[in-house]
Amino acid sequence: MIKNILNLGDAALYCDFGSDVNQEINSNVIKYFYHIKKLNLKGITNLTPSYNKLIISYDLNIHSFLSLKKKIENIEIKENNKLEKNLIEIPVCCDKNFALDIKRVENKLKLKSEIILEKFFSKNYFCYMTGFVAGMPFLGDLNQEMRLKRLETPRVKVPKGSVGITEQFCNIYTFETPGGWNILGNTPQNIFDTSNQSNPNLVNPGDTIKFYRITLDQYNEIKR
Amino acid sequence: MKSKDRNYFKILRAGINTTYQDLGRNNLYHIGIPFSGAMDKRNFQLLNSLLQNDYNSPVIEFAYQGPHLKYFGKDIFFCISGNVSFKIITKEGVTDGNSYQCYLLKNGDEVDIQSTNKSVYGYLSINGTFSVDYYWGSCSINTQAQIGPNNGNKFSKDLEIEIIDINNSFNKRKLDYLGSTIENIRVIKGTNYDYFSESSQNKFFKESFKITKLSDRMGMRLKGPKIENIVDPNIKSEGLVKGVIQITSAGDPIIMLSDHGTIGGYPKIATVISADFDRLVQLTPGSNIKFKNVSLEDAETLYKLYQMETDNLISQIK
Repeated sequence: MIKNILNLGDAALYCDFGSDVNQEINSNVIKYFYHIKKLNLKGITNLTPSYNKLIISYDLNIHSFLSLKKKIENIEIKENNKLEKNLIEIPVCCDKNFALDIKRVENKLKLKSEIILEKFFSKNYFCYMTGFVAGMPFLGDLNQEMRLKRLETPRVKVPKGSVGITEQFCNIYTFETPGGWNILGNTPQNIFDTSNQSNPNLVNPGDTIKFYRITLDQYNEIKR
Repeated sequence: MKSKDRNYFKILRAGINTTYQDLGRNNLYHIGIPFSGAMDKRNFQLLNSLLQNDYNSPVIEFAYQGPHLKYFGKDIFFCISGNVSFKIITKEGVTDGNSYQCYLLKNGDEVDIQSTNKSVYGYLSINGTFSVDYYWGSCSINTQAQIGPNNGNKFSKDLEIEIIDINNSFNKRKLDYLGSTIENIRVIKGTNYDYFSESSQNKFFKESFKITKLSDRMGMRLKGPKIENIVDPNIKSEGLVKGVIQITSAGDPIIMLSDHGTIGGYPKIATVISADFDRLVQLTPGSNIKFKNVSLEDAETLYKLYQMETDNLISQIK
């Protein structure tokens, strides 16, 4: 199922599962991820699954690129790791103070803001992966008419809780961080819980997310 | 614990970005948590070796201006690594300290770390252990994700830093070391190298880039010739590793450092080799860097040589 393995720098394998982004390819990535994780290979320092790639970081004192590449190529995935799938509802407030990029999105998509939000809230989204910052879920897919690129220059600080879109995807900024997605609103809900070390993520790959719209008063109520 | 039995530093001034660091946390990229850990691994290793501490003992990392600490407790030794100016304030007077040397601290003595010189990061530790909590196997503070001791925040004034397990059989040790600098940052071509025009590929390796002030433990933003993307300014978001150089839509390079985001959507033009991380992170905003292309095989060899050099330095401690 891995199409090709390249090197990413001198201490990581870059496993390519195909150029498309869809739930089938993503499921293959996740299967490899769980399989290799379970093997608990010495000297593997990180595994990063994404839509269609799996990056395997390793300790240069223990592995070299070629030897580890061979090991990974020889892995045969036999068992089906069934993902646990949950439906999670997340409140979002689209008050003008939170919808930082609504004007940009209106201009790029040539749609009125109310139409944009109506379309955004009318769908459920699949979680492909988590990361960038702790717990941030990458969700999809947005309808064709809702797709646009990232900001030309990323923001140095995106507020915690921001809900953003880019291309076919949406996400939630779990921490204040730099970022380049188009921000449509903000959720008062805590998506990543540092105190829960065994399962800190509210949303995990394979889960389904339903966003629902709340007013500023409701937002403040939940925050309190 | 009775207060007279305590050994601790009280922070009189916190400094710009002072945190606990160790070697960091592994195998959490998939939930979005980066390695973190000491930015300059060699200086981290040298410090724990000088103090005969466990190789992964917590140390205090500071950037630019360091903390001003007042010590309370029984006699203890401290040591600083990096290119650092600091003063030791005792009842006898004020003396300038040298990095890579151990100094005695008595109850009421102070250490004032004024600055790192022509570098960014420095480290302080003691012949004992800082009493810290561990999060996912590491005490490294990641301020961006608020993970680690002190609620994941950098140190602030009046914080008290508890010291336990003082090694009473410790003898002062030192190392003659002036630090290591580098002219070019060596890189391996990235997985999206062919996203960029040939003239931009040439510029990337021929011209120099200035490190901007928007540089921290997460990453380093550079300014220089615009790197022209001829394919797509975005890729499908995918994993990142330390040292990856992404080109933003505006054509500027960003180098991922220890607290970097684990996933990114800008094309990767190159990745800094592991052997050059410690020297890369010590480059100050305003300085210029040039990139040099090396092969994967060379990078693997250069890393081994760099590690041998570190081991050699450790063997010179006496």
